[in-house]
Amino acid sequence: MSSEWPLWEVFIRGQHGLNHRHVGSLHAPDAALALKNARDVYTRRNEGVSIWVVKSNDITASSPSDKGPLFEPANSKIYRHPTFYDIPDDVGRM
Amino acid sequence: MYAQMVKTEAVRPLDEQSPQERAFQQRIDRGEKIEPKEWMPEGYRKTLIRQIGQHAHSEIVGQLPEGNWITRAPTLERKAILIAKVQDEAGHGLYLYCAAETLGVSRDELLALLHSGKMKYSSIFNYPTLSWADVGAVGWLVDGAAIMNQVPLQRCSYGPYARAMVRICKEESFHQRQGYDIMMKMAFGAPAQKAMAQDALNRFWYPSLMMFGPSDKDSVHSTQSMRWKIKINSNDELRQKFVDQTAPQAKYLGLTIPDDKLAWNEERGGYDFSEPDWSEFYDVLAGDGPCNKERLGARVKAWDDGGWVREGLMAHARKRET
Repeated sequence: MSSEWPLWEVFIRGQHGLNHRHVGSLHAPDAALALKNARDVYTRRNEGVSIWVVKSNDITASSPSDKGPLFEPANSKIYRHPTFYDIPDDVGRM
Repeated sequence: MYAQMVKTEAVRPLDEQSPQERAFQQRIDRGEKIEPKEWMPEGYRKTLIRQIGQHAHSEIVGQLPEGNWITRAPTLERKAILIAKVQDEAGHGLYLYCAAETLGVSRDELLALLHSGKMKYSSIFNYPTLSWADVGAVGWLVDGAAIMNQVPLQRCSYGPYARAMVRICKEESFHQRQGYDIMMKMAFGAPAQKAMAQDALNRFWYPSLMMFGPSDKDSVHSTQSMRWKIKINSNDELRQKFVDQTAPQAKYLGLTIPDDKLAWNEERGGYDFSEPDWSEFYDVLAGDGPCNKERLGARVKAWDDGGWVREGLMAHARKRET
């Protein structure tokens, strides 16, 4: 039986209250050791205040070939951006 | 560099490429990043596995010459710094293995290829570190040469490799500066210390120049890799840049680079210098350097000795899951 440890994805929240962000991956036998390893591999210089680890196999990802159907519809919907609307200067800050 | 003489394929003219290959090349030309699950030519994938794998192996094997000095560092502070540096190298190896694994090769396969000698690591780590000054010279010259190569690779076409390089470059500057700091201490110290610093420079100069790989005119692997943007600068270009940067640093230390021909060339705006002995380079790559057997032996032993730990922890995890 292969003893290769499963792959985990590592997410870290930085100092300033932002979202956890994917920083990389690592191998570990279980979640507890994945956290410990993530600390050593990805936070040697105070990069974070919180770590999430999740088994790579448990992530469902969109496929590159779906890029068009998934993301192109947003291109034409410029009315979703505030700059689409002209508001007269007289109205003041908005 | 940390990846030397990476085999790739010959460049094929456009009309021999499939529409898919042409579209791929156009994406690269536009500066788009290629991501793991996307279609890529088999040659691109294989070349990258060789290059990133070799780079990762170099980081891991590169811990050995410096690790050799952890227990003998001259002060507690130097010891703490050296441990941090060697730990970084381990981290760099891990980032890079993960990047290689996104191309469909497993960690165990990569390590098996290293241990069987089928994959290489940088020639530089087959030289011994004989004195404390060597630890300084390694940081200053070896990490300095690595930075020359790694900074442009942050812009390489393969996303996971480029992102690993960003992390690595952030940490690498500490490595070079701590090395130069050791060199300053030695070069400005007692005459015996200065002699050790000079001796370290004498031994590490040419092996550092070899890190960039043979001259471009003899390098058969560069053209396709540069087209794919997994190699950004030519070997000679980087070597010249390294010499231009390092010569004034040696002068500041009051040390002499062991090359009679080293001289500023006003016309070219760069230093003239002697080529290293390339037959030595090929011998070291073929396995006949001063420390090849010792280095690879240490890696294989660590892998074999750690087998029961890897298996035991996995068995424990499986048991807890059920």
